[in-house]
Amino acid sequence: MRKPVSMIVAGFALGLSACGNSSNNASGSPAAAAPITIGVSVSLSGDFSGDGKALVQGYDLWAKDVNAKGGLLGHQVTMKYVDDASSTSQVVTNYQNLITQDRVALVFGPFSSLLTIPASVVTDRNGYAFPEPAGGGPAVFAKGLHSIFFVQPAAVEDNLVSYTKFLLSLPSNQRPKTAAYATQDDPFTQPQVDKAKSLLEAGGVTTASYKVYPAETTDWSPLALQVIHANADVVILGTQEPDAVAFAKVFQQQHYNPKSMIETTGPDQGKDFADKVGAKNTEGIMVPAGWTPAAKAYGNDKFTIEFVAKYGGASGDISADAAEAYSVGQVVDQAAQKANSIDNKKLIDALHSGTYQTIQGPMSFDSVGRPQGGVGVYIEQWQGAQAIFVYPSSVAAAKPEYPKPNWP
Amino acid sequence: MTLVLEAAVLGILTGGVYALMASGLTLIFGVMRIINVGHGALVILGAYLSFALFRTLHMDPFLSLVVTMPVMFALGVLLQLVFIRPLKTDREALSVLVTYALALGIEGVLGYIFTTNYQQLRAWYETASFEIFGFHITYVYVFGFVLCLAILGALFLVLYRTSFGGAVRATMLNRTAAQLVGVDVDRVSALAFGLGVATAAAGGVVFGITNSFNPNSHYDLISRLLTIIVLGGLGSLRGAIIAALIMLVTEDITAVVISPVWANFVFFIILIAVLIIRPQGLYGVRVRDRI
Repeated sequence: MRKPVSMIVAGFALGLSACGNSSNNASGSPAAAAPITIGVSVSLSGDFSGDGKALVQGYDLWAKDVNAKGGLLGHQVTMKYVDDASSTSQVVTNYQNLITQDRVALVFGPFSSLLTIPASVVTDRNGYAFPEPAGGGPAVFAKGLHSIFFVQPAAVEDNLVSYTKFLLSLPSNQRPKTAAYATQDDPFTQPQVDKAKSLLEAGGVTTASYKVYPAETTDWSPLALQVIHANADVVILGTQEPDAVAFAKVFQQQHYNPKSMIETTGPDQGKDFADKVGAKNTEGIMVPAGWTPAAKAYGNDKFTIEFVAKYGGASGDISADAAEAYSVGQVVDQAAQKANSIDNKKLIDALHSGTYQTIQGPMSFDSVGRPQGGVGVYIEQWQGAQAIFVYPSSVAAAKPEYPKPNWP
Repeated sequence: MTLVLEAAVLGILTGGVYALMASGLTLIFGVMRIINVGHGALVILGAYLSFALFRTLHMDPFLSLVVTMPVMFALGVLLQLVFIRPLKTDREALSVLVTYALALGIEGVLGYIFTTNYQQLRAWYETASFEIFGFHITYVYVFGFVLCLAILGALFLVLYRTSFGGAVRATMLNRTAAQLVGVDVDRVSALAFGLGVATAAAGGVVFGITNSFNPNSHYDLISRLLTIIVLGGLGSLRGAIIAALIMLVTEDITAVVISPVWANFVFFIILIAVLIIRPQGLYGVRVRDRI
């Protein structure tokens, strides 16, 4: 070899840098009734590309609806999307450009806590309100920003609280004695699993195994083997869709049948999940969910019907990501009416008071944008090749299957 | 079976899949002295071609290789003619840029056609398994391992039992000298590139059954494949197989014994230790000397 590989690889590594001009007038309101642009950085490639596409669907449907009723406080809305490739550095560049170069009137949030955290610093510095659908990890609120608003029924760390309540409410002879945990080191997944672990331990459920793995992991089989060897009664996994699928497959391959199994993300992706795992193999798998097509929440029927009409498929195929994105638009629409302005400062003030109706239910926000007094997050379970609400009983369409049926 | 032993078995089976994917990459480097950083994208392209046949014709993923391997071979020859052959100077460095551009192009086209949603190939053998000492071995890994051995065996036969193989080995040994003794180096290079890309199709099928993939999956894949061929010795097929097994077994055992966080780190310690002792990799010089 004539040249060391390191030189070639070094040559391959290209550095990209971006800079933007600061602006002090970004929060100014456009002329009355003038069309406005709302900017969003979405993950159209990379790890979150599936979720990014769902966000676009939800945002687009809201823009169509709001324009049909005369616009956002009279302003016709155009959505502008830029791909962040699921990158924490690109998302910062994107919002910087949207605000300082494109001079968008408003910004909506990207997918995941991972991207929301760095993005929120940029939007806050520029005085923008930052309603966002998918960044609810504790680290999002730990920054103490006054301009961010997480538009979901509960903070992410509480997503599995309903599940722990369900397990601990079981009769003592059925209640699990051991639990195994594995989670990505992701600000979305790990806080959920950690909180569930502490609640279950307090409730007398012994931890048989607890593993944290890098979000970059692509081979989950050894981790799944560890969980299997723990032979726990229940398995709680902090996953995105690819690892959710992988764990389910290895469990099936190894004929491991826990009494209950829940994954933070993946089983909520409807047909997309069933296609990969196999519809009959989904039976009994659980996932925390804040939204269902069947929920009798504000505007949910209309959303579901319009979504199916616009994008096809069945209501059960709608990703919760799309519903969460749509909810962001609903909240902003109501806040604009309340403030009688789309000025970012006035929107921030408005969003910190009152309750807003969304297709996920009513919600309000505390001083750092954490959702307050919402209806909480439910448990969805795959039964008969579709995911349905099973807990709490107030929203349940069926009783939970416990123990989970064995793999076919 | 103990957890460590199970992890080792899993590592060997998964290592076979990576050996298959890395074999084309090391062959291409051996013959042409180019680093094909687009190889990961070609593996993913192979997975998508099988996915398309699976979705439209319900063709079994392994059976689809009858179609996808010749198609990928032809594509490889075409890519070599159009993108690689014009590189006359500083081939190693320029090939990185050209093949990276190729990878981005493939990624873009796949994203446009198939969207960026994750996909996965399905087959009856993806979860079906047989039991050995309490550990269930999944058929897909066994089939993948057998496919790996079959294809690499075929490659060895071509290289050591045919006149074309002699020309390939001569080109690998000394490109200029091979030209001087009458070897059509350009033709050999085009066919070798085609062979390398065809093996990517085979690797793509097994990868696509055992992993969710989308058009962006090639970034992680190429970094692992490059690491494998560096450890094995650039241009060495045998080295690629051994290195793939070392990598996956090390990572899987580390993941269960220590932590998944340390899995890559421990492997890279081994890699660095090997490169300090043998900068050419495990089989780099020995194979090329023997050829």
